[in-house]
Amino acid sequence: MAALTREETEALIQEVLEVYPDAAKKDRAKHLAVNDQSLEKSNKCITSNRKSLPGVMTIRGCAYAGSKGVVWGPIKDMIHISHGPVGCGQYSRAGRRNYYVGTTGVNTFGTMNFTSDFQEKDIVFGGDKKLAKIMHEIEELFPLNKGISIQSECPIGLIGDDIEAVAKKANKEINKPVVPVRCEGFRGVSQSLGHHIANDAIRDWVLENRDGDDSFPTTPYDVAVIGDYNIGGDAWSSRTLLEEMGLRVVAQWSGDGTIAEMEKTPKVKLNLIHCYRSMNYIARHMEEKYKIPWIEYNFFGPTKIAESLRKIAALFDETIQANAEKVIARYQAEYEAVIAKYKPRLQGKRVMLYVGGLRPRHVIGAYEDLGMEVVGTGYEFGHNDDYDRTIKEMGNATLIYDDVTGYEFEEFVKRVKPDLIGSGVKEKYIFQKMGVPFRQMHSWDYSGPYHGYDGFAIFARDMDMTLNNPCWKQIKAPWKAAASEQVAVAAGA
Amino acid sequence: MALRQCAIYGKGGIGKSTTTQNLVSALAELGNNVMIVGCDPKADSTRLILHAKAQTTIMSLAAEAGSVEDLELEDVLKAGYRGIKCVESGGPEPGVGCAGRGVITAINFLEEEGAYDDELDFVFYDVLGDVVCGGFAMPIRENKAQEIYIVCSGEMMAMYAANNIAKGIVKYANSGSVRLAGLICNSRETAREDELISALAAKIGTTMIHFVPRDNVVQRAEIRRMTVIEYEPQAKQADEYRQLATKIRDNKNFVIPTPITMDELEELMMEFGIIDEIDESIVGVTAAAEVGA
Repeated sequence: MAALTREETEALIQEVLEVYPDAAKKDRAKHLAVNDQSLEKSNKCITSNRKSLPGVMTIRGCAYAGSKGVVWGPIKDMIHISHGPVGCGQYSRAGRRNYYVGTTGVNTFGTMNFTSDFQEKDIVFGGDKKLAKIMHEIEELFPLNKGISIQSECPIGLIGDDIEAVAKKANKEINKPVVPVRCEGFRGVSQSLGHHIANDAIRDWVLENRDGDDSFPTTPYDVAVIGDYNIGGDAWSSRTLLEEMGLRVVAQWSGDGTIAEMEKTPKVKLNLIHCYRSMNYIARHMEEKYKIPWIEYNFFGPTKIAESLRKIAALFDETIQANAEKVIARYQAEYEAVIAKYKPRLQGKRVMLYVGGLRPRHVIGAYEDLGMEVVGTGYEFGHNDDYDRTIKEMGNATLIYDDVTGYEFEEFVKRVKPDLIGSGVKEKYIFQKMGVPFRQMHSWDYSGPYHGYDGFAIFARDMDMTLNNPCWKQIKAPWKAAASEQVAVAAGA
Repeated sequence: MALRQCAIYGKGGIGKSTTTQNLVSALAELGNNVMIVGCDPKADSTRLILHAKAQTTIMSLAAEAGSVEDLELEDVLKAGYRGIKCVESGGPEPGVGCAGRGVITAINFLEEEGAYDDELDFVFYDVLGDVVCGGFAMPIRENKAQEIYIVCSGEMMAMYAANNIAKGIVKYANSGSVRLAGLICNSRETAREDELISALAAKIGTTMIHFVPRDNVVQRAEIRRMTVIEYEPQAKQADEYRQLATKIRDNKNFVIPTPITMDELEELMMEFGIIDEIDESIVGVTAAAEVGA
């Protein structure tokens, strides 16, 4: 169907808002906008990072999810204790598909759940002693761990346990980094504050560990990849490109990452930020303290990859710049073949997205490379600097929705009628039952990687097999299909 | 007789535990079956009944056993003077954990284990100084204590606390059956104390149910970890507690309190000369500044 005009989109937003009570309507109106590429600042059209309204079925997570699930969890050689009752850690265990190399349970611990498993008595008497004991049990059972982080669940903040004191003491006793993180779930309005708190914990408990130690040999081409969580192997298919152009990737934050890599990051020449939302804080800190510049890049789809490789290379010498061109040329035949194969099958298809930190804007280019158009996008927990970066990526008069509610998302889909939706697992089955092809774009729906040239081939295949799956033709009940066919026959006759 | 559940609140150090134990002893003497539930991590609500330093608490036993589900009622319930049943909720050392949660856990345990049996006439909850969080309001929530007695004296802070507790009761009174049943004045021998507390009681919609005079026999008994009722039954003070017990037994005056504003409270105290008229010109002025002026 034809794209909605600006007036039609504005009318749609008004119509959707109509069902809310006045206070909710007033609040939600600020979070819905029609894109206007001429704007420089998103605060002219949208409000973000505010408390969700009760009853709207927000899709957001909590501060613990932001710290344990996103930032700290993927550091593979550390043990991350979910400090509090068992559920927070167990129900989020290994769900994010952060791939890593190592032997789980021996020198890496990514898919395991460590918890202090709070009981009634731990709430009443405090959990400090138990926490201290756990540290020693960990040392005994998993001696190859390289450090421990304490990820606070809600009760820790309520009962006021002094996890910093326990961490300091344990650090001396086991002589490894022990990092307390105050990421209690009730803090802030979404997982976003958890990212910030986790970044601050890295700043306070990790980054200084090797200050004044110059034993690590450096090169002028040292970079760190920050904000790639190696979902389905994303960081690997990104890292190869950087290495092929002659850069040395010293650290990966935090997908397939290690504590040693984090500690060495202050020695690099440039920080490369993929997920700006979750890691911009630490990049800014390193810029200020260690004078390390940082840039954002985007490795989704050949257009953005080439743009990003050139942007990164421009900060190095001519050799690197020439290498960047060589890398792009080397993969050209490969990605052109992907486009030649899939573009005819996907051309003109319209996509609506609703995801987390960077994807609502970062994947737009990859869809466009396949001839598709993103007609609606929004962030679960974005801030206005995210929307600033989104306005130019999206077409004029497209829909922008912040912290979208279950109702709004469904209504928008009914009216906009996209050919594909990319969002999370909670949305997946609702839209599939509505007959709309869907990709789970948080953990790539058990697929991936999607980053880099290798990832683009998988991305294109996945979108095609979802969108052009024959199952969508079978979605209508046979008796209803029969009725409409009869009508069609009658009309034809 | 149906079980009556009463909670004793009041400012820290006002004498809640001593008053409660003497009162409960007097009720037992009158032939009532009574249980005391101490809701204070210090666990000093039953020592005069049990002649003990401090009773082993539900929470400490639960911590030892692993969880509260591992405990039996007889592990935590001790009988003392005249068969008074004693239990202490217990809780953490100051500065750690969550004492309020300890109270909730302990009371839930008592309910589930059937501690509130048909033979009981009275349960008294002796609750830590102030209602600092939801846990310490547990005894006055739905289906728990229905009568609240506030222990106070003619001292300014004790009266502030009494009025604040009345505010807390209003919240739960509106959603349940808890009522304010009276003020117990535990005398500190301040001027016109009985009149003052009677006046305060009237203002918040209740009565001063009894004026307990100060008497050193209370301390003498306490040193021996006994109530006055048991230590020196003929003492005049023992009769005071007996009067208090009788009045509580016969009490029917249960109200939703009408707590007063800070200004009203200060006016009352000025009227009785507890505080001077406030001179706004001296507020926030240091001694040094006063001298300089």
